[in-house]
Amino acid sequence: MTSQSAPVEVHDHHDIKPIRKAAMWVFLGSECMFFGSMIATFLLYRNETADGPGAEIFDIPFTSASSFILLMSSLTMVLAHNAFENRDPRATRIWLLATAMLGTTFLAGQVFEFTEFVHKGLTLSTSSFGSAFYMLTGFHGAHVAIGVLMLMTMFYLSFSGRLFDDRGLNVELVGLYWHFVDIVWIVIFTVVYLLQV
Amino acid sequence: MAETAHRAHPSPSTYWVIAGILAVVTAIEIAVPSISALDPVKVPLLWALAAVKFFAVVGFFMHLRYEKKLYRTLFFFGVFGVFPLFIVVLLTFNAL
Repeated sequence: MTSQSAPVEVHDHHDIKPIRKAAMWVFLGSECMFFGSMIATFLLYRNETADGPGAEIFDIPFTSASSFILLMSSLTMVLAHNAFENRDPRATRIWLLATAMLGTTFLAGQVFEFTEFVHKGLTLSTSSFGSAFYMLTGFHGAHVAIGVLMLMTMFYLSFSGRLFDDRGLNVELVGLYWHFVDIVWIVIFTVVYLLQV
Repeated sequence: MAETAHRAHPSPSTYWVIAGILAVVTAIEIAVPSISALDPVKVPLLWALAAVKFFAVVGFFMHLRYEKKLYRTLFFFGVFGVFPLFIVVLLTFNAL
């Protein structure tokens, strides 16, 4: 019985990888709808400032810099995945950490930006514009924060050797999630910032 | 078995080239709003530049162009599902 059950277990284990990957793509597709609805809401209320601050308070050079940082974090993430595929733990660790650091820098920029906007009178309850802006960018920021946590988990696992312990798809799945966060910001940066100035 | 096969991923040098292209496109994006001569085409131009970045990341960094058709279908179902969603939301609030 033992000799019969073991191959079945291995077979199941290998079969689940494409299923997990497909599930991740389904999840990302559904996330497109989630952010799409929030972007539609922002477009709907972009002029509803209720005599409060609107898009004129945006600091485009600052947001451009943080956008560039997030964009480059996709490069470091794909390099981490590449190093992982080549079974290079040191390079994987370095690029994972670099990605997490870039993500954290983006988040710090967002916190600074939100603080500045609140000082200029734009809060979540100031106007429909404020609500739509903070909901959209805030939810994106929450996604980035979750991504940073997942990256740091991968970084931690790399020290115990469990990263390469047949859990390979995890780095790939985290990478897919991270790149998705980046492409959502590509759209938000255009719709919310560049098209409003 | 052929359905499960996928093409080999690009080399790191390709990733750096793509990142360079993304940086250049981002620089153009930032410059566009400040060039008044481009005002008539600003909106479609910014959308086009965003689309270039979007598909570069999805295709090369997320490896979707090297993956199985199933994954592409699953993802783009969500991506292109956004457009009817936009129309429904904007029509519902008489904003279209």
